[in-house]
Amino acid sequence: MSSAFLAAAEGAGHAPDFPILTALILVPAVGALVVAAVPRSRGELHRFTAVLFSVVTAALAVYLLAAFEAGESGYQFEIDRSWVADFGISWHLGVDGISLFLVVLTAVLFPIALLGTEPHHDAKPYYAWLLLLEAGCLGVFVALDLFLFFVMFEIVLVPMYFLIGRWGYGKRVYAALKFFLFTMFGSALMLVGIVGLAFLHRDAVQDERQAEARELVAEARSDPGGVDAATEERFAELREDVPLTFDLVEIAESRTVVDDSTSANPIDWSAARWLFLAFAVAFAVKVPLFPLHTWLPDAHTEAPTAGSVILAGVLLKLGTYGLLRFGLYLFPDAASFFAPALITLGVVGIIYGAICAAMQKDLKRLVAYSSVAHLGFIVLGTFAITTQGLQGGLLQNINHGISTGALFLLVGWISDRRHTREIAALNGLQKVAPVFAAVFTVVMMSSIGLPGLNGFVGEFLVLVGSFLTARWWTVVAAAGVILAALYLLWAYQRVFHGEPEGENTGFAELTWREGLVMAPLLAAIVFLGLYPKPVLERMEPSVDRLIQHVEDNSDHEQPAVAADNGSGGADEARGSSDADVVEAEAGE
Amino acid sequence: MIATMGALFQPLPQEPQKLPSPSVDWLAISPVLILAGAALVLMLISSFVRGRGAAVAYAAITCLAGLGVVGVSIPLWREVQDPERGPFTTFEGAVGVDGTEVFLTVVIAASVILAALFIHDYVRREDLPRAEPFALLLLSAAGGVVMAAANDLIILFLGLEVLSIAVYVMAALHHRRLSSQEAGMKYFVLGAFSSAFFLYGIAMIYGGTGTTNLVRIVELFSTSTLTEDGLVLAGLALMLVGLGFKVAAVPFHFWTPDVYQGAPTAMVTWMASGVKVAGFAGLIRVYVLAFQAYRTDWQPMVYALAIATLVAGSILAVVQTDVKRMLAYSSIAHAGYVLVGVQAATQDGVQSALFYLGTYAFLVAGSFGVVTLVGRTGDSRHALDDYRGLGRERPVLAVLLAVFLFAQAGVPFTSGFFGKFYVISAAVDAGSVGLAIVAMLAAVVAAFLYLRIVASMYMSEPDSNSGDSGDAGDRLAGIRVPAPAGVALFLCLVVTIGIGVWPGLLTEVAQDAVPVLSALG
Repeated sequence: MSSAFLAAAEGAGHAPDFPILTALILVPAVGALVVAAVPRSRGELHRFTAVLFSVVTAALAVYLLAAFEAGESGYQFEIDRSWVADFGISWHLGVDGISLFLVVLTAVLFPIALLGTEPHHDAKPYYAWLLLLEAGCLGVFVALDLFLFFVMFEIVLVPMYFLIGRWGYGKRVYAALKFFLFTMFGSALMLVGIVGLAFLHRDAVQDERQAEARELVAEARSDPGGVDAATEERFAELREDVPLTFDLVEIAESRTVVDDSTSANPIDWSAARWLFLAFAVAFAVKVPLFPLHTWLPDAHTEAPTAGSVILAGVLLKLGTYGLLRFGLYLFPDAASFFAPALITLGVVGIIYGAICAAMQKDLKRLVAYSSVAHLGFIVLGTFAITTQGLQGGLLQNINHGISTGALFLLVGWISDRRHTREIAALNGLQKVAPVFAAVFTVVMMSSIGLPGLNGFVGEFLVLVGSFLTARWWTVVAAAGVILAALYLLWAYQRVFHGEPEGENTGFAELTWREGLVMAPLLAAIVFLGLYPKPVLERMEPSVDRLIQHVEDNSDHEQPAVAADNGSGGADEARGSSDADVVEAEAGE
Repeated sequence: MIATMGALFQPLPQEPQKLPSPSVDWLAISPVLILAGAALVLMLISSFVRGRGAAVAYAAITCLAGLGVVGVSIPLWREVQDPERGPFTTFEGAVGVDGTEVFLTVVIAASVILAALFIHDYVRREDLPRAEPFALLLLSAAGGVVMAAANDLIILFLGLEVLSIAVYVMAALHHRRLSSQEAGMKYFVLGAFSSAFFLYGIAMIYGGTGTTNLVRIVELFSTSTLTEDGLVLAGLALMLVGLGFKVAAVPFHFWTPDVYQGAPTAMVTWMASGVKVAGFAGLIRVYVLAFQAYRTDWQPMVYALAIATLVAGSILAVVQTDVKRMLAYSSIAHAGYVLVGVQAATQDGVQSALFYLGTYAFLVAGSFGVVTLVGRTGDSRHALDDYRGLGRERPVLAVLLAVFLFAQAGVPFTSGFFGKFYVISAAVDAGSVGLAIVAMLAAVVAAFLYLRIVASMYMSEPDSNSGDSGDAGDRLAGIRVPAPAGVALFLCLVVTIGIGVWPGLLTEVAQDAVPVLSALG
């Protein structure tokens, strides 16, 4: 409890007067309403308004990045307002090193997706839905209240459903429905989990208070001197009803729901494990983890280009972020108990996704399956529960958002020019569009994990981190890196190499506008590949704090090699040295 | 009583003995008086005046009566919330006024207003009798309010019958359509059958406890237990059949899809909202309040009923192709969620059920309201295909229906989401985690149904394939949104989104709407 208050106090310390996180959610939401209010006859204004609002949001996110204090492990820019008082639900927002870059990624990727593509019809609702989607995604990453998180997690389904179903390709209605129902199935269980957790927490606090009250009474009985006022006051306090709360920090830090297999009462920790599963299924659908992934290829392939970019770049991260924030943080012991299972599924996803990707005839579907493989890496890194693994997983979240988002944009442009995404129908594009091909190469290399580009740093950290705790799985996962090179290079070879034939001869070169849209992504790819330190040092304190939290509350100990770098968030020197090592290795 | 009658035959004493007549709190029964009175006034007017002006007057009177009920509910609410007064009974304990009663009365009144706004256009469009639908609506609502206030099983039965008989006629009101006749007949026969069950249940309870008064039943069980409680248990089971029929719980739901499909759509707005609310009012009064002592006996019954209702309602909804049937099954599933709240048998459970009913009434009225408009003259265009291209041709109407459907599916920032959340919370708090999980999974299944309608509105190519001639514009031509229906839909939208963003507005009221059976005063 006390640490929760401490964390809150920390956050309050440098909370600016301007509620920037609320603004981050509200600006795109208001933008959606404004777009919806612009009459249909003023078609040109829709796009302008949408881009304007998303750029403002991105600017806010960049300001957030600049104002973020690097050495802090706690939540910053916290804001906490009561929403539904009866149930202890609050509008509690905050960012730490774990969520910061996901917020920035989201805010930057949306204007890019908006600028990069245009809907083929019905522009007005298209832009309105995209902005609403942005608001929901940002809400997920900054929510620190379980209920608020769930609301945001669930609301993103509606815009995405419409985006896929109305502006998608071929089997769009089927894909949209599948996406909606799969995700809703997961979150249905999570809602029961959230409610159950809140009640268990309340009951546990109640029990604690009653125990303390009994002690006070016993003390008062044995003490002939009578009761002093302070004790009486405390007793009255203990007699009050415990209010329900959905506050993530309060529940996670107070650890009243006993989530520890060494605990005397097995019912408590088995409840925690069930609750963890309820959460994990929801996130596993979203990530998606191996057996629950079948919605992804359909949704990614049939979605319009902007939809695919956002799906891959942002929506999948809701799952991995959820596993971290609501799996590891809320249920450390249950998470480390289930970690081997999740790592296994992640590794299966790496290999399975890679093999499926290699078999695809459709370029977009290939990229979609590559996401399954990449997300497998993130899960592997996360549930290795080591500093490097977690950091690598987080970094890989960002990398995947950048490179797969870019890949989807490029594939979308190919499909716009050629009206087909069949690999067999494309060839020799390098001859007619060399710049396009070059850009594609860089993005592809980043996705493969070429040293010097961002993908390498993330994958390397994941492998290093997980090697310590899940050695053989890591060996298998490393094979996935090779498979990634195989399917992407093979696809590149078929699409870009050779002499262009038929319609491919008329393939248009990258336009200036497309180039400008691509530029920030390329810059990020190179920058993160060469100099990831600014990102890593901001993540580090929060990651360390999370690892510490897990170690304090479970049997899990991260291996000495990983811990050797110091597990205290205060250890500043190591943050930079660690990043330097990676940097040096990346440079080779 | 017998003693006083015996006294009549004795030689008269010097002063005539005073017979105490029951004390009447007129304010307490004013909602019923207003509704029934308005119905009489309406019938009177209709026998003297004809013409278009009169038609407007009927709807106006009905709405005013509804508003009047809301108006008198405010002082009643104050009285009930007043710590010095509190919930009270009147008519020698036959009528009880507590927070729940006032709350549900207001919900019923709101349903009356919404239904009247839809019926007004409907009867003109379909050239049906102008006054009768409103009179029946008001009478039926009066019955519903009586049910909500009944402190005696006989009074409850009285309310149930007044409510039902009016609704049977409403279902059959479209006299030129065979399906409407069929619906009315079916509803009547099955309804009468279920009423018989209910009455038999009352008889059993009377046999088992010696009283039909709910307060006396509570008093009885607070001081004594029965050595042989077979009669009471049988009575509880039989009454559950009767009430389960009214709220359309599986397996007493078979009439629902047929009746909803056949009955005039505008009348269905009332059947799905007001009638169901009244049925649950009875359920809460009898089971949660009066037979709290038998909680462990009836909870499993309601538990099973809830599971069957949730699962069957959602799954059967999915395979339909007629939108009215789909919504009929979905309204069955919604009854399941309220049952989840009732099953908890706690204060929180009742509150969540009240919240759900309060939001659901607006949702379902709005949904069927849009369906009424899309049905157009003849009230026949209710196939899923009739909704193709609605998003393009009638964007506002389509958005409204989409909002109501997403709310029914339980999407955040709509009232439906909080309704589900509260019900689930109550169930989890009461230890019925399994029921909560089933309820949420049923919600996923049901979401498929709502998405089918949304996909039909927004995602189908209106003009391609399928044997449909003419483009969507022609096909959907003739959909008019008359002003009263527009007002009603707007009202539903405001409530749905408003409660979805600020649920506190309704939760605070629902929390104060404490169900109490107060001692005889």
